[in-house]
Amino acid sequence: MIEWVNVVVQGILLGGLYALFAAGLSLIFGVMRLVNIAHGDLIVLAAYFGLTTTILLGVHPFLALLIVMPVMAGLGYVLQRGLLNQTLGDDILPPLLVTFGLSVIIQNALLEGYTADPQNLDGGAIETASMPIGGLAVGVLPLLTFAIAVATIAGLQWIFYSTSLGRGFRAVSDNQDIAQIVGFNKAHVFGLAMALALAVTAIAGILLGIRTSFDPSIGGGRLIFGFEAVIIGGLGNLWGTLVGGVILGVAQTIGAKIDPGWQLLAGHIAFLVVLAVRPNGLFPRVEH
Amino acid sequence: MSDPLLRLNALDAHYGDFQALYGIDMQIHDGEVVAIIGANGAGKSTLMRSIAGLIRNKPDQVQLREQQIGALRADQVAHLGIALVPEGRQLFPSLSVEENLMVGGKVGRAGPWNLNKVYDLFPILSERKTQKSTSLSGGQQQMVAIGRALMANPDLILFDEISLGLAPVVIGDIYKALPGIIGEGMSAMLVEQDISRALSVSSRVYCLQEGRVSLQGQTGDVSREDITAAYFGVAA
Repeated sequence: MIEWVNVVVQGILLGGLYALFAAGLSLIFGVMRLVNIAHGDLIVLAAYFGLTTTILLGVHPFLALLIVMPVMAGLGYVLQRGLLNQTLGDDILPPLLVTFGLSVIIQNALLEGYTADPQNLDGGAIETASMPIGGLAVGVLPLLTFAIAVATIAGLQWIFYSTSLGRGFRAVSDNQDIAQIVGFNKAHVFGLAMALALAVTAIAGILLGIRTSFDPSIGGGRLIFGFEAVIIGGLGNLWGTLVGGVILGVAQTIGAKIDPGWQLLAGHIAFLVVLAVRPNGLFPRVEH
Repeated sequence: MSDPLLRLNALDAHYGDFQALYGIDMQIHDGEVVAIIGANGAGKSTLMRSIAGLIRNKPDQVQLREQQIGALRADQVAHLGIALVPEGRQLFPSLSVEENLMVGGKVGRAGPWNLNKVYDLFPILSERKTQKSTSLSGGQQQMVAIGRALMANPDLILFDEISLGLAPVVIGDIYKALPGIIGEGMSAMLVEQDISRALSVSSRVYCLQEGRVSLQGQTGDVSREDITAAYFGVAA
């Protein structure tokens, strides 16, 4: 019995990481209806930026976030204004194609720069530390990851619903022409949204890099997990995305417990079941 | 007369591939209320969208004081002091009533209008400020749309079909509030299909017909027959 409780707890904590993969995806889709196929590769890129920062400066990966976050945010703003804004319009195909191309470019650039060897961010003692909670030994890193995920989503929620930046995001998302009329430059607002999304990606990338080894090819898988978490939770609802991540994580750990080969399959099956029963996800956009 | 606040110089505007306006010349002076009338498809909304910057034209075709604004983006035009109350209200559904008003003040221009002043003008909105804008009645939504434009403290406010789809009694209320708005020294341009309403609050009128100005004059000087002829393009 305690074994299964442990499996579920591990799954919930893993879900926090998936929610972080998903949050940026959900944010940019919500603001500008952009489906970013390169999102997973951007997470991996952030992990590599973290690797370089920790090696060059000899700092802990968490400290490297102080550099990786602003770098990713800046990259997001430039990417959006320089490239992605030009693809947005009535047709949803151009952004899909361009971000797919971007995904290929990032993967190959990483291969060129870092080779295909698996890498790992050295988190130190925290990687193996655990604390006893109710008869279970819960890893400190997964616990911390989950806490960071909750804090990140709470922060995004606050930005969206309690700041003038968030009002701008919602106004532009509602009606681009009228938002422009009241004085929002949508190109700039979109740039800020992508900057925020990639700042979250930086957090996700660093946590991913501490938890597992990574190589340039794993972006696609992270993208799928992110998508699944968003869809399970319901589009446009950040707390729903956290629940989606948790459901995906629990499904995966239960699958792995039954048979290690079933981990990914169990996650995809959970996703398909939710999609079949609730096509709009469990918690479609709640209005505040 | 002093230099006009807004001047349109031979404005040709296109709506996609379709040319909607042909060589429109127009002036609006400080504090003036001008009515724009015309049948459906005469180009009234295209005219509004061109002035507001949603349709971009040649720089010199739209001039605000000395500045050529014809090619600017809508958000740049907003910062220069032109606000639009769009046809169909078009509030932001995911923003509350108060948030809709607050984004209107986003341009940060100095002037008499602020949240309290808008609530004084439309007291019902202060009771509803935390509600979602879509939960209001049509007339209340129109008040929010007007308040949102006022919050920008514009020099020129464009009203596009503000009576469309509202009950006559509500239209009466909105028009009763107009003098209080325009009395602040703002200039206004009023697009209406309801001709008598438009004429009752304006000092000058332009009639558009198939993208051209077919009649212009002081409201008191133009006769019903002139308007009918200019409106439909046939002698009455």
